[in-house]
Amino acid sequence: MKKTADVIIIGGGIVGCAIAYYLTKKGVKDIMVLEGSDSIGHGGSSRNGGGVRQSGRDPRELPIAMAAVQKFWPTLSEELGRDVEYTQKGNLRLGKTEAHMKKLQALADSCAAGGLKLDMISGDEVRKISPYMSEDVMGASFCPTDGHANPLVATLAYYLKDIELGVHFYTGAMVEALEKVKGKVRKVILKDGTVLEGGEVVVAAGYDSRRIINTIGLDIPMTPLVDCALVTEMEPEMFPQMLGTAAADFYGHQTKHGSFVFGSESGLEEFIDVKDPNDMRIQHPATLGASCRAIEGWIPALAKAKIVRSWSGILDMTKDGVCVLGRPKEADGLVLACGFNGHGFGTAPAVGYIIAQTIVGEDPICDINPLRYERFYEV
Amino acid sequence: MLDIEEKLKEIGPYVPEDDDDLLVCRCEEVTKGEIRQALHSGITTIEELRRLLRCGMGLCQGQTCGTLTRRLVAKELHIKPNDVVLATARTPMRPVDMGVGGNDRGLEEDAVKGGLR
Repeated sequence: MKKTADVIIIGGGIVGCAIAYYLTKKGVKDIMVLEGSDSIGHGGSSRNGGGVRQSGRDPRELPIAMAAVQKFWPTLSEELGRDVEYTQKGNLRLGKTEAHMKKLQALADSCAAGGLKLDMISGDEVRKISPYMSEDVMGASFCPTDGHANPLVATLAYYLKDIELGVHFYTGAMVEALEKVKGKVRKVILKDGTVLEGGEVVVAAGYDSRRIINTIGLDIPMTPLVDCALVTEMEPEMFPQMLGTAAADFYGHQTKHGSFVFGSESGLEEFIDVKDPNDMRIQHPATLGASCRAIEGWIPALAKAKIVRSWSGILDMTKDGVCVLGRPKEADGLVLACGFNGHGFGTAPAVGYIIAQTIVGEDPICDINPLRYERFYEV
Repeated sequence: MLDIEEKLKEIGPYVPEDDDDLLVCRCEEVTKGEIRQALHSGITTIEELRRLLRCGMGLCQGQTCGTLTRRLVAKELHIKPNDVVLATARTPMRPVDMGVGGNDRGLEEDAVKGGLR
């Protein structure tokens, strides 16, 4: 195996793969990506609901989400040479009670302040957009420029393009530690003892990022949360919108394939002590039933849809609910892109581009200063 | 650890075979040729294959094509069939109506306690 690279990226998820891709576009030739598990996109990249959403975003992340939608998603399939199934038909965040509507209004106001166009609509207007929604739906926020894509294919589309472009990938390459040389983060030590050296080291390893940067004395206050998802058999085309609810009891969409993908929380087990972030065979027996009841409650017509598979994944939740991007001041040579709180898929292309810009020394297209590592420690 | 570049060099480029149009996954209509091409472009696990091509992701969840796919992966990637990691088995194993899945009232009390609803 190669022992040195201009840039070493730790984490072969959609963020790591996208960073590698945009680095090649910026002319960086010698890039190495290390994936700890045996499969690219083993973590959250392939376990999410596929939302490409700007609405409901924290103001610090909203510009990145908007850049992703305006500059990257519309042309991504063409660029990567594979259909990533990007569909831009809007996001409905549904409410059933007055309390829900209040919550939706607050989210809508916050997004409008950030320049995002989004409407509050009535229950009847919701049913005009999608007649399958329950009569109980009182209203929704509707963001027409939101949408969804296929996270499984999008992640691998970046990866396969990277391979074509000569990026060096290693799977089963679990990182044990980082090491500084003359004050600069340079060495990446693998579990099997292999020592690698990079001009720049990017950590985009989901929740495992915390363990990895701890080896050089850095820490991000974050915790893993386990969420679950399910997929149904193919159904005739019913509605193309991305869905979420004010109750946060499920989210998801109908895929191009025809199946419905829905995610939901998993009760007490959400807080299970995750011993190995690469082993995601954790699922609460009550989750599937609770998800089904939630989905049926909003979309009664789906009671007859057949579930074929369910799975779980880990969300890397930071203390303040948004990701960590950029160069920590106290670790020269290190770049962070982690802590996406379960909503990193939609922003991944823009994040990949911004991190590539950071590495080659360009001014990033969005201000990432509010997402800096130091924010947790400033008084 | 797997060096993807080295593996691709070792197995060589994709060369079409006469029966590449053979359907391996009948549920999702994935052909042998599609699987072989994916393996020669950088896909190295059944997990990745499923995500890229949907083989084994349909109604039968790979019960028909699982063995075939495993043998194809072993042959194309020059590895022992025993070393090919199988796809993770996923609940509910047989398609279940959402209405039935949501009707597990016995667990309802636990779910409420657990904060699920």
